[in-house]
Amino acid sequence: MIKMKQKKLIPILVLIAIGISFLFADTKNTPRLGQEITSEEIAKWDISIFPDGEGLPEGQGSVHEGEKIFQSKCIACHGKNGLGHTADQLAGAQMSLTSQYPEKTIGSYWPYATTLFDFIRRSMPMNAPGSLTNNETYSLTAYLLYLNNLFDKDGKMTAKELAEVKMPNQNGFINIYEMEIIHK
Amino acid sequence: MDRKNDRYLKENQVAENGLLDRRLFLKKGLQFGVITSLASTVTISSAKDKQSTSQNKSSDLTWMHEPGKSFSTYGLPSKFEDNVLRYPSQNEAVPGNGVSWTPLHLMEGAITPNGLHFERHHNGVPQIDPKKHRLLIHGLAKKDLIFTIDDLLRYPMQSKTCFIECGGNSNSGWNSQPSMAEAGYFNGMVSCSEWTGVSLSILLEEAGVDKKAKWLIAEGADAFAMQVSIPMKKALDDAFLGLYQNGERIRPENGYPVRLIVPGWEGVLNVKWVHRLKLSNRPVMARNETSRYTELQPSGKARMFTFVMQAKSLITSPSAHMILKQSGLYQITGLAWSGKGKIKKVEVSADGGHSWAEAELQEPVLDRAFTRFRIPWHWNGKPTILKSRATDETGYVQPERQQLLKERGRQGFFHYNAIINWHVDNDGFVSHVYDKDETKKTNSDISIDSDWN
Repeated sequence: MIKMKQKKLIPILVLIAIGISFLFADTKNTPRLGQEITSEEIAKWDISIFPDGEGLPEGQGSVHEGEKIFQSKCIACHGKNGLGHTADQLAGAQMSLTSQYPEKTIGSYWPYATTLFDFIRRSMPMNAPGSLTNNETYSLTAYLLYLNNLFDKDGKMTAKELAEVKMPNQNGFINIYEMEIIHK
Repeated sequence: MDRKNDRYLKENQVAENGLLDRRLFLKKGLQFGVITSLASTVTISSAKDKQSTSQNKSSDLTWMHEPGKSFSTYGLPSKFEDNVLRYPSQNEAVPGNGVSWTPLHLMEGAITPNGLHFERHHNGVPQIDPKKHRLLIHGLAKKDLIFTIDDLLRYPMQSKTCFIECGGNSNSGWNSQPSMAEAGYFNGMVSCSEWTGVSLSILLEEAGVDKKAKWLIAEGADAFAMQVSIPMKKALDDAFLGLYQNGERIRPENGYPVRLIVPGWEGVLNVKWVHRLKLSNRPVMARNETSRYTELQPSGKARMFTFVMQAKSLITSPSAHMILKQSGLYQITGLAWSGKGKIKKVEVSADGGHSWAEAELQEPVLDRAFTRFRIPWHWNGKPTILKSRATDETGYVQPERQQLLKERGRQGFFHYNAIINWHVDNDGFVSHVYDKDETKKTNSDISIDSDWN
C-alpha cells in the first residue's frame, strides 16, 4: 500500500520540479551581468533620507548660518523670509488648508522635516544643485524650520535633532495606495 | 434631395442632434454621397482661405517637373506642417523647470511621435553620456548590483505600448474659468509610445529581493535628482527599464539612456534618466510624494500615493479654436485611456450630455494605451455642446466636472479627469466651456497653469 503511494508520488514530484524550473526560467535565461558593489561605493551614491532620520550624515548647522545662505542663494526665487516668489512659498502661511486659498508651506503642509534635508541637498539651489555641504544643508534646514516656528533660533541642528522635529501636518495625509490594497 | 437627406439622417441617428451610427464610416461610406453639404475635415481657424477645388495648372506643380530632394539621414516633417509643435511653459527664473504640451488636437492615430511626446522636467534635460551612466540596485537585496547600459542592452527585452500621463495633466480644470487654450495645450501632458526595455523583475530577482522589501525608491541622474517611492508589488508586476521609444533609443528629453516605465501610473513615477533603485521596507517620503503630487481635499487632508491615472477621454477634433465651416457631416474623433486597463467604451454626446451614443473604437484596443475613437456627426448649424465619456474595463466611468469637484474640491491640483465640453457656436467656432450650472461665486482663481515648480 505504501509502495503504491510512493509510485504515485514520483510523477507528482517531477511535475512540481518542472513547474519550479518554469517559474525561474526568466532569470535563468538572463545574462546576469550585474557587478557586485561594496557598501563604501554605495555610500557615495545613496543620498536618500528617511523620516526616522536614516541616511542623515554627520554634521551640524545653525539658524544663523542658514539665514546667511538663504539670503545669498535662495531668496531670489523663494522671496524674503521664504514667503515665495517665482518658487514655492516656504513659510508664513496665513490661510489654513481648509480655506478657499490654502497656503501649503513647510510648516503648514510638509509631513516630515527630514524631507527638507533630502531635497535641499539633492536639488537646491536650482542653478547649482549638489553644491551645498552637509553642514550648509543642516543650517538651511534649521533656518527654514525656524521660519515656520518649528525650531529654536539658537538650536544646533544635527541628525538627531532633525529626526526629532515633529511636523504639524504629519497626520494630514491619506495613503490612497494602501487604502485600495486593503479594500481589495 | 433635402427630404432624402432628412430620411437618411433619421434612419442612422443614434443619439440626439445628429450623432450617427458609428459604423457608417466603416461599412456604409459610399452612402454618404446623399448628404449634400459634405465637409470632410474640420479646418482650423488660422488655416488659409478656402482652397480652390479646381485642378491646379500643371506648371504650378513644380515638383512634378523637376527632380525631388535627395535622401536624408534622419527624416523631418513637411515644412507645411510647421505648426504641429509642442507648447512649452516654463518657470520664468528656471527655464529647465516646466512642461511642454503634446499638440493632441493636431494629431491622429494613437502613437505619439517621439519629437512630440510631452515633457515635464524639474531642472532641465541632462545630456548623458551612456558610457558614463550606471544603474545601481541596492538595499534590501541579497546582492547590491551595478549595471552599465551595454549590460542592460544584452538582457531579453519586452515591448509595451502604453500612455504616460503627468499627474498634473488637465489641471487648469480645477480653475473656476475654463482654459482657453487648444485641446492639447491644456490636456496634452499625456502621450503614448511603444516602449521597449528590460523587465524590472528580471534585474530585481538577480539582486535577490528580501522579503522585507516593500518599496522601490527610484532616482534620476538629472540636476534635480528626481526621487520617488514605488510599491515593490508594482515594480515586480509590470514595471520595466525603457531603452527604446517607438523603435529608436529614447530621446534625451524622455530619459536617455534609460527611464523607468510604470504602466498606467502617474508620469512622475516613470523616472527619466534612472540611475539608482533602492529596495526599502518603507517609502522615503521624498519632496515629490509629500509636498507635491499629493492632493489637498476640502477636509484639509491630502490624498497621497494616488498612483493610478483614472480613465479619461478627450475629443481632439472638433476642439477648441477650430471652425466648422458649414453645417453637414463631420467626424468627431478623440482619445481615451485608462491607467487600470483597456478602454471598454467611449460615448459621445452632441447635445450637452442629454443623449449619448457609443463611438467606434479603433483596433487594437490595448491595455493602458491611447484608444482612438470616432463617430460621424451631422451638424445642423446650431449652437451645441460636444462631450465624450470613457468607461474602462473595470467599469469605472469618467466623471462629469461637477461630480469630480464635489468629491475632491478645487485644491487637488493633480488627477483632473473630468469630461470636457466643446461648445460649437452659430458660426461653427469651437470653444471650451463648463456646464451652465457652474457658479461664478466660487472664484478661487489661482493661476494653476503657471504653478509648475
